[in-house]
Amino acid sequence: MDSAGEVLNDGKITLEGFTVAARAFADKWKRHNLSFPSWSWVPLINRTLLKKEECYLSLEKIIILSSLEGSAEEESLGVTADWWEKEESIDHTVLNVEDEAHYYDYHIVYSASYMVPMLYFRGYSSDGKPLSLDVIKRDLPSSSVSLLLESKWTFITQEEHPYLNRPWFKLHPCGTEEWIKLLSESSSSDGCQMPVELYLVSWFSVVGQVVGLRTPLEMLI
Amino acid sequence: MIFVFQVGELVRRKGSVGEKRMAVKYVWEGAIPLQIHLHKSEVASHPPPPPALVLAPRIGYLPLLVHLIKPYFKDSLPPGEDSIWFDYKGLPLKWYIPTGVLFDLLCAEPERPWNLTIHFRGYPSNVLIPCEGEDSVKWNFVNSLKEAAYIINGNCKNVMNMSQSDQEDLWTSVMNGDLDTYTRLSPKIKMGNIEDEFSRKASVSSPQSRQGGTEIDVAGQVKTARVPVRLYVRSVSKDFENLEDVPEMDTWDEISYLNRPVQFLRKEGKCFTLRDAIESLLPEYIRDRAQRSGEEGEQRTTDASDVSQETRGELKLVRIQGIEMKLEIPFSWVVNNLMNPEFYLHISVLVKEPQR
Repeated sequence: MDSAGEVLNDGKITLEGFTVAARAFADKWKRHNLSFPSWSWVPLINRTLLKKEECYLSLEKIIILSSLEGSAEEESLGVTADWWEKEESIDHTVLNVEDEAHYYDYHIVYSASYMVPMLYFRGYSSDGKPLSLDVIKRDLPSSSVSLLLESKWTFITQEEHPYLNRPWFKLHPCGTEEWIKLLSESSSSDGCQMPVELYLVSWFSVVGQVVGLRTPLEMLI
Repeated sequence: MIFVFQVGELVRRKGSVGEKRMAVKYVWEGAIPLQIHLHKSEVASHPPPPPALVLAPRIGYLPLLVHLIKPYFKDSLPPGEDSIWFDYKGLPLKWYIPTGVLFDLLCAEPERPWNLTIHFRGYPSNVLIPCEGEDSVKWNFVNSLKEAAYIINGNCKNVMNMSQSDQEDLWTSVMNGDLDTYTRLSPKIKMGNIEDEFSRKASVSSPQSRQGGTEIDVAGQVKTARVPVRLYVRSVSKDFENLEDVPEMDTWDEISYLNRPVQFLRKEGKCFTLRDAIESLLPEYIRDRAQRSGEEGEQRTTDASDVSQETRGELKLVRIQGIEMKLEIPFSWVVNNLMNPEFYLHISVLVKEPQR
């Protein structure tokens, strides 16, 4: 049961709702997605602004092994640099000499204008140099690339991160509330509102796929 | 051209149509004199070229001035392709922020002419998003317009439904500072607006009335609405006597940028002021209302109120379109007269940090 007005009828969500949904999302992810590092909740504390509820979700240093030969058709390993160091049993010689490790950071940020979450991401190579969109597209699932070309729902643009003063890539938000509304309607038989705890899980189950991050089904319960 | 006018006087004349046109005209005519220097690493001629003198429209953007500036320097440039960017005292300038806003924010004490450096090489792509000239600026403008439409109307259909040629003409009118054409075209954008505090017109049936997050009361007056605002907050740790004592900015991390709508509230008998709007975005800078208005209702010891005064932050300066604003001005007037062509109100704020 969500508190009054957090998830709105039209698929949008309030800031308060986003905060609740984000914590629920991070918790479920930790419980059901053991092969992945967890999302952390990054507060926006700086010199002028003390609003503690202004935060975003962060998942960083995800490695995608990109074969220089062709596109990454094989599943991304989705491990982080830290994880690798701990797991001694991984045979590093398995890494093909032509493979290049690409690192990805993902941030889920609330948009007060559109009243929906937005996914920002960036890719960089091991020396920290940012990856161009062309290179990033090769790391995306091939289904996403064709989706990007055809659909007006998912659209990647390079914009400044709302808080970090750096160029990041963003998935365009237009239409988000429409398909959230569809998801919400189709999943509830008695016409009940989507519980706020599931908002981000549902959202990410669609959006994450565009960038190759899968949402385990158990999280959707 | 220095932009000064008596805001208070215009408001007192109760915002008739004539006065509104005057205020908007001043905004569109506002300009900053720039003195643009070629970065010394790119000077390939001897003697080095003198700086370019350009009058930059406040509501315009720096990349749009390149065609005026380049002729001054093209003979001095080293060979290669151009990737143009500007800096102010070493700080790379964000090209998608209107020129007037950059000036109000970065120059606490207004510098006339404003000395900027232009670069034709070495674009800092790790900090600035790419700019491919006019197309990038136009794309940014249309995107901001859509976002503003979303905030005001609840959707961006009004912008999406504009014909391609109307969109082109609108953008051209902004680029050229052509207010007459813009005024002729803006009804086609179908953007709702907030009623002036003094206006008695009911806007329910008019096509201009807002949808989305708007509530309209029995008298047809807009009760609540979302207003597109971009707030740029610069903070200083120590108090200062003069604006020229404000330290310079080294990085954009010193600015807190809030791209967040203001929830406009009209309560019976109460005016929603600029102060109310800013405080809704920066609650930690709310001054104690009892202390501000000098009410005697509350019992406070002198010591307690002194301490709380210091620990709270303080709004030192609020600038919109180059005007230092009196915070008691009705917010509706500010929005309707001082917003930029993409329907965003850009507010530069200088605050003194709370002591911790």
